[in-house]
Amino acid sequence: MAEIRTETMTVNMGPQHPSTHGVLRLVLELDGEVIQSVMPTIGYLHTGIEKTAEQKKWQQVIPLVERMDYLAAQSNSLAYALSVEKLLGLTMPQRVNDIRVLIAELQRLASHLIWLGTHAMEIGAVSMLFYAIRERELLLNINELIAGFRFFPSYIRIGGLREDLPRGFHEAVNEFLERFPTKMDEFERLLTKNDIFRRRTEGVGVVSLENAYQWGLVGPIARGAGSDYDVRKYFPYCGYETYDFVVPTASEGDVYARYRVRIAEMRQSIKICKQAIDRISPTGVWACDDTRVVPPPKDKVYTEMEALIQHFLIYSQGFTVPAGDCYVPIEGPRGEHGCYIVSDGSNRPWRVKMRAPSFMAIQAIPSIVQGGLIADLVAVIGSSDVVMGDCDR
Amino acid sequence: MDPSAIIDILQPLVPGAALEAGRSVDFATIYVPADRLVETCRALRDTPALDFKVLTEITAADYLPRDPRYEVVYHLLSISKKLRLRLKVRVASDGALPTVQGVWRGAGWPEREVWDMFGIVFDDHGDLRRLLMPEDWEGHPARKDYPVQIRKAAQTYEPLEVSQEEFKANIERDRVKRAH
Amino acid sequence: MADTHEHGLDPELPFITTKLEWLIQWARRSAIWPAQFGLACCAIEMMAMAASRYDIARFGAEVFRGSPRQSDLMIVAGRLSRKMAPAMRRVYDQMPDPKWVISMGACASVGGVFDNYAIVQGVDQVVPVDVFVPGCPPRPEALIYGIVQLQQKIERSRS
Repeated sequence: MAEIRTETMTVNMGPQHPSTHGVLRLVLELDGEVIQSVMPTIGYLHTGIEKTAEQKKWQQVIPLVERMDYLAAQSNSLAYALSVEKLLGLTMPQRVNDIRVLIAELQRLASHLIWLGTHAMEIGAVSMLFYAIRERELLLNINELIAGFRFFPSYIRIGGLREDLPRGFHEAVNEFLERFPTKMDEFERLLTKNDIFRRRTEGVGVVSLENAYQWGLVGPIARGAGSDYDVRKYFPYCGYETYDFVVPTASEGDVYARYRVRIAEMRQSIKICKQAIDRISPTGVWACDDTRVVPPPKDKVYTEMEALIQHFLIYSQGFTVPAGDCYVPIEGPRGEHGCYIVSDGSNRPWRVKMRAPSFMAIQAIPSIVQGGLIADLVAVIGSSDVVMGDCDR
Repeated sequence: MDPSAIIDILQPLVPGAALEAGRSVDFATIYVPADRLVETCRALRDTPALDFKVLTEITAADYLPRDPRYEVVYHLLSISKKLRLRLKVRVASDGALPTVQGVWRGAGWPEREVWDMFGIVFDDHGDLRRLLMPEDWEGHPARKDYPVQIRKAAQTYEPLEVSQEEFKANIERDRVKRAH
Repeated sequence: MADTHEHGLDPELPFITTKLEWLIQWARRSAIWPAQFGLACCAIEMMAMAASRYDIARFGAEVFRGSPRQSDLMIVAGRLSRKMAPAMRRVYDQMPDPKWVISMGACASVGGVFDNYAIVQGVDQVVPVDVFVPGCPPRPEALIYGIVQLQQKIERSRS
């Protein structure tokens, strides 16, 4: 009679895999189907953006930084721009803040749509991906309207925005905001009370609040476990204290709770967008009036000598930022996003470091999925909403 | 909150530690000596008046040619008191720091990243290996004397099959234990 | 007589062999199934191309296979870091012949915006590439154009 071998099996869920969001390598130690331990290996998308940014001028870093978390690109550039503006001591006019809030919330919607699509697809509802990407195409149309580029508009600059809003912006956004709530109802009808979805996600991947804080998770993962921490309420930026919205929380801490929290966040984002678009006038000021940082308008550059000199200085050697360091956190779609900037007084950054919420989430995954099945691992990775570009930078 | 107010609360809990207030435009900054780091962190986390339960980031900056060369930065967050704090520790070249994993579990990977990018060793870390760069990479990329562009052929081969024992042995071999 | 049909060396029957060759290449280019190899931001554009607005299924790329052993095309979408290069080579080696590679985006073609220690400056240092599609990220229409170019290249080449 042959002996039954009882040691654990080590399986590689390699960097190229349909269910790991991007290039993440997980080495699983399995006892049958039950996971004994997980060892994640990251770094397969490490791009050295932070070191490259030290070679560029302050304004040139914005396209680099946008490519870190590529699903919510303008959250990255907003975090970077806010930190640099704080070091420079600039205050933005009200209209610029409102437009930034609108852009940030639209990015949150876009990122959560991809999360919803891929998460549901991995759990089994494959058609959700197509519905979500169809809605996201409308948001990318809006991006294209303001800057001509679908993904990385680089519209948010240090000192304000790149240029004024185009004609047709209000109509496009209003049309989207009218259409989207009914689509959200459709998505919820498909998933929220779906028996299969609930059985795959309820009770799976439970994170307690204490655990979440110990691992440094302060985004939707912590809010699914009962925390009410949201950077927009605790440390408001860009005038968020003047908007009327609530921060959704749940208390179970499992995958289904995080799903409900993000769906509710999307509805709150729509509410904020509606308030923001009513406040924004179709034309007006789009940058602060500090001429060291913001280039003057083109007609002045061609006629006035002083404007020409300012334009030349800004675009040839760039502006300098006073020495010091600064960190302004924002509420990104994945949690607390922020850019730690060290300046030595010159026209290039000395150190740029982005705080990556996906980095902390992947670190916590081994402790969350211990004792679960592989299918639970897929659900947990989907619900942590990790983006490898953000994690590896 | 003013850094000196935090130091007033903190100093009785870590007597003798040379805590220095730093200047910054956003929130309070405190310089901590390396040998009193862990007890300062524990005091910051456990005092009800401060309650810094969350460590959001550990990073470092290379100030070559200044000596001490590195500054390791810890960002802390207190949700109940709505406070943020930045702790800075000055580390010399080839220096080492104690690990704060015992205070906040989430410190493991950020410390690994600081080792990988800067070469600062964290004593008793337990798993100090390369995180973002390949395991056999030479050099620490984020240092100021490391080139940005290198011309090197891409490695296109790695061993196809590794047994479980070899895999675990490779991990043990890559771990860095103590500062040299 | 059967084996001379495949090689087309028989001068008496060139018409049938060229027709056969055309048929084989038509079959290959009309049902070209990509393997999932999305690395970074270009992967999201690739997903958008596969979705309903820029439907790639009408060009023959019906499904993105999860396993490289069941696919013909590898679209390298995104920046290739040095750590990932051996894994990518292994995925390419696992694909059965005939196989093609499209290098999507600036980072895969020449290293893109990132000329530094961590990124391989061009995927063609690791695998042979058939079509380069520039852009950062290329619009889905640009990638569809790249796939159509690849289909025309298959039509022109010998089986």
